Amino acid sequence: MSYLPCYNVIYHNADMNQETSLDLSDNEIEIVLHDLVEVHGYDFVNYSRASLKRRINRLVANDKFLSFAEFRYRLRSDDVYFKHFVEEITVNVTEMFRDTQFYRTLREEILPVLATSPLIRIWHAGCSTGEEVYSMAILLQEARLLQKSLLYATDINPAVLEKVRAGVFPMNQMKQYSENYILSGGKNDFSSYYTAQYNAAKFDEQLGKKIILANHNLVSDSSFNEFQLILCRNVMIYFDKELQERALKLFDDSLEPLGFLALGSKETLKFSSISHKYRQVANKEKIWRKIR
Amino acid sequence: MAGPFDIVVIGGSAGSLSMVLQILPYLKMDIPIAVVVVFHRKSSEDTTLIELLSHRTEFEVKEVDEKDLIRPNVVYVAPADYHVLIEKDHTLSLDVSEKVNFCRPSIDVTFESAADVYGKSLMCILLSGANADGVQGLKAARDKGGFVVVQDPASAEVSYMPQQATEQLPVDLLLHDDNIDVLIDCLRLPKR
Repeated sequence: MSYLPCYNVIYHNADMNQETSLDLSDNEIEIVLHDLVEVHGYDFVNYSRASLKRRINRLVANDKFLSFAEFRYRLRSDDVYFKHFVEEITVNVTEMFRDTQFYRTLREEILPVLATSPLIRIWHAGCSTGEEVYSMAILLQEARLLQKSLLYATDINPAVLEKVRAGVFPMNQMKQYSENYILSGGKNDFSSYYTAQYNAAKFDEQLGKKIILANHNLVSDSSFNEFQLILCRNVMIYFDKELQERALKLFDDSLEPLGFLALGSKETLKFSSISHKYRQVANKEKIWRKIR
Repeated sequence: MAGPFDIVVIGGSAGSLSMVLQILPYLKMDIPIAVVVVFHRKSSEDTTLIELLSHRTEFEVKEVDEKDLIRPNVVYVAPADYHVLIEKDHTLSLDVSEKVNFCRPSIDVTFESAADVYGKSLMCILLSGANADGVQGLKAARDKGGFVVVQDPASAEVSYMPQQATEQLPVDLLLHDDNIDVLIDCLRLPKR
């Protein structure tokens, strides 16, 4: 402490309880990421490293591995464990009508534009467990557009797609979702959209009928259709700049002229190579329109 | 041996705003450090917090945007409902994963990731609050050689959070209303 102003600096007689859990080094994380590409064909190399490292270390601690070698071997050789790994390190936290102003803008400004189209194709890229897809289905139903709409919901993690298919969400979230729904401009009784079954809320099957599910990896897969609206919210925050750029090009290739791209509340097109082709819609929401 | 410092990460919950408002006026442009503030807060839609903080310091005050490059003389405020992490290339990244200690943003998450990147040049300050968030993060900072500051539980509006810290790990400086200048002296340590 030679150069710290030490006066007034105090120490408490507390125990230094050393954590014993295994903590992978940066180098070990690199090895794991390399293995995933080589053995399983999954490329997480361009994911934001801090978040990825945190999640891998949390998994290693939860699954009580005693050494890096043991973890590495398991991940390389056990396909079931690899599936579990993908489920655990991809972020699957989502909400219905999260960011209520965003949904209000969709309802009031974007859907009336889409309404003029004979067939509405919407892509939820990185849909997770589907709360946003069902929110969109509700908006379309209320605008009487659901019948002529197709909602493509894709995710890297096959396990979550099963949940989208089921359309069942935890009952204890419904109070929050109902509030979100009302704040986003919803006029109906939110509970009319689901049936309560013990701890679960099963959403109306009519809402799920127009949802098409597919396993799609923004890192490695290409465009598969043309859409009037693509939503990819709080997915690219986990990507580095290079991978963000790839994803945005993919969205650009997949959007019709005058189509809309919706991102998460802290994401932007601003510094990307496609930004000159897009204009942000008038209010502060993160929705851009393809103008050229 | 901690310092000299490149970054200060401040974590606060209930009752912590007043201490932050007291620290901010001491941040002058000749102190070349960056500040990240993680408050447990409800809504990002209120921009008044940024305004309120801006009026108290010469530093630029902004809410974190994803991939922001960490620059000295800037106060970065965690947005509501996102964890803030620090990357090796000194950019900030956001994460909406599960709440930690019932919180998003979680102070632990930012402390831990800052410790990983900044090591000895990190100062962590844990303030008033009613939650156990931040203590694990302080331990991580300490393990990597960072400098640990905790608000004196006796002078904190809500003592629980700083109390957890002082009970569970050694603290380098116990902060109260009348020794903020000591904290600032630490930040003025010349860069090697």
